Amino acid sequence: MTHTLVDALKDECYHNSAIELLFQLADDDFILSYRGSEWLGLAPHIEEDVAFSSISQDTMGHAAMFYQLLQDLGAGDADELAHVRSAGERKNAVLLEKVNGLGTYLAEPHYDWAFAVVRNYFYAQAKKIKIESLKNSSYQPLAEAAVKVSMELYYHLLHWKTWFTQLMDAGGEARTRMESAIKIVLDDLDGLFSLGNSGPELTKHSLIDSEDTLRAAWVNRMSPVFESVNFNIPEKFGMKNGNGRNGEHTVDLKSALDILGEVYNLDPAASW
Amino acid sequence: MVNTVSIGQLTEEANYDRFMERIEAGEKIETEDWMPDEYRMTLIKLISMHGISEIMGALPEKEWVPKAPSLRRKLGIMAKVQDEMGHGQLLLRVAEDLMKPLGKTRENIIRDLLSGDLKFHNVFHMEAKTWGDAGLIGWLVDGAAIITQTNMLDASYGPYARALKRICAEEVFHAQHGEAIIMALAEGTDEQKAMIQDSINRWWEALLMFFGPGDASTTGTSKQDTTIKYKIRTKTNEELRQDFFTKYIPRVLSLGLTLPDETMHFDQDAGMWQYLQPDWSKFKQIIKNNGPKSKERLRLREISYTNNKWVIDALQN
Ligand SMILES: [Fe+2]
Ligand SMILES: [Fe+2]
Repeated sequence: MTHTLVDALKDECYHNSAIELLFQLADDDFILSYRGSEWLGLAPHIEEDVAFSSISQDTMGHAAMFYQLLQDLGAGDADELAHVRSAGERKNAVLLEKVNGLGTYLAEPHYDWAFAVVRNYFYAQAKKIKIESLKNSSYQPLAEAAVKVSMELYYHLLHWKTWFTQLMDAGGEARTRMESAIKIVLDDLDGLFSLGNSGPELTKHSLIDSEDTLRAAWVNRMSPVFESVNFNIPEKFGMKNGNGRNGEHTVDLKSALDILGEVYNLDPAASW
Repeated sequence: MVNTVSIGQLTEEANYDRFMERIEAGEKIETEDWMPDEYRMTLIKLISMHGISEIMGALPEKEWVPKAPSLRRKLGIMAKVQDEMGHGQLLLRVAEDLMKPLGKTRENIIRDLLSGDLKFHNVFHMEAKTWGDAGLIGWLVDGAAIITQTNMLDASYGPYARALKRICAEEVFHAQHGEAIIMALAEGTDEQKAMIQDSINRWWEALLMFFGPGDASTTGTSKQDTTIKYKIRTKTNEELRQDFFTKYIPRVLSLGLTLPDETMHFDQDAGMWQYLQPDWSKFKQIIKNNGPKSKERLRLREISYTNNKWVIDALQN
């Protein structure tokens, strides 16, 4: 049964579930967009800098859209939700908060392009699957947002897939680096599919497909790609550093949030 | 032997005359056309410096991309910085085409940047300490860039003129983005107002330097005569600086801000703004990569270059 905003506001249980899911979606994009913008000016070549920053910008746009849906549901002001909530309140997958490499974006950023490619590719595919599922979400405003996101996501996915196959096929040092990046990403990949403690509720309300369905769809889409680059993926993925959907996070998130909210928090009441 | 040389010289001379006739007539020179070496070298220097400045110019603003104080501002500054990288890309392609006959590529441009042989614009050696600086860069640095770039929109070299048309159209949005940030601060709390005043005070000298020295007497060399001769630009550095004053001083003052130069005034008789000259010896130091942030920003490019070498190698396989 589809729910409009008005319907959702009337049904408390449904309302809470919609908010829960939207936090997961918004926080995922918000933090990954940040990790992407840290790469600005540091990508392997200028063309990639332009393309990657365009992707990060789209991703921030998606986060803004999801925070806006939260605001509409009465969860709070969109900017406040993005800039003030502490690490423990965030619902993003831990994989997405992980630093890009050694150093900070301001000084000595020794970032790992292999990790960037693998994380972004695996995420873009997982997001694509979620967005496909959300197009049929019972929450109508979210289903409409999913259509918009889907179009941009198509290019993100294509972009990262190209990098992934190119570097995997390059052999030598590139292959070695890519394989170690894959290992790191797989260790926390399951966090992307997790819907947290309230997962069963979300699925019950037909807000999104179940974790198992999402994961299986990912494996299904990715298998031919892995096969084409001669790589065997393990049967099980990890959540080594915790389940972000339940508020478990690493120190990487805390420092990122300090930066993201630095100016906003100088004076949250001011208009910027 | 003697004969061949003199014929060659004559042809060269005839070519030159024909070339000058063409640009005098307002025709555009294209990449494959004959051009004097001085013209080619001047363009390579100018356009690679412009291109690399767009790229280095993304760095001070990049510092503020994640910190931008709202989702809307985050999106705005991300779009702007992406545009700047795009300008860099577009311009480096124009420069690369000009360098081809010399057997040089983008690799040379990046190496020259890292070695200090290729300079980048003085403003991008400066520190962007606050969110106010991020706003000021968009408002006044992009504003200044619009003035210098508009001056070359009709450049005799076609590919550069066409690139500038695209760039200028985007720069207008950048200046609006900057102005919106500044307006919000100017209408905000006392702290926010103080933030922009502080930015103006710190950036004023760099903004004066933006247009380059008035003539060669201040810094030893100046390319402006050559670029005017070849119709790459029309106005002198000083004329551009005056245009900037005319456009922006009233706006700055109308926001209730002050200029850190009490002598600044419009001299009706001379028809010019009178102002305190910046310290041009400092300018020389800055563009020699001895500015406040020169080394750190070059270091970022160097890290990108070395850390990603394996990627470039893999792509070339
Ligand atoms: Fe630009
Ligand atoms: Fe600009």
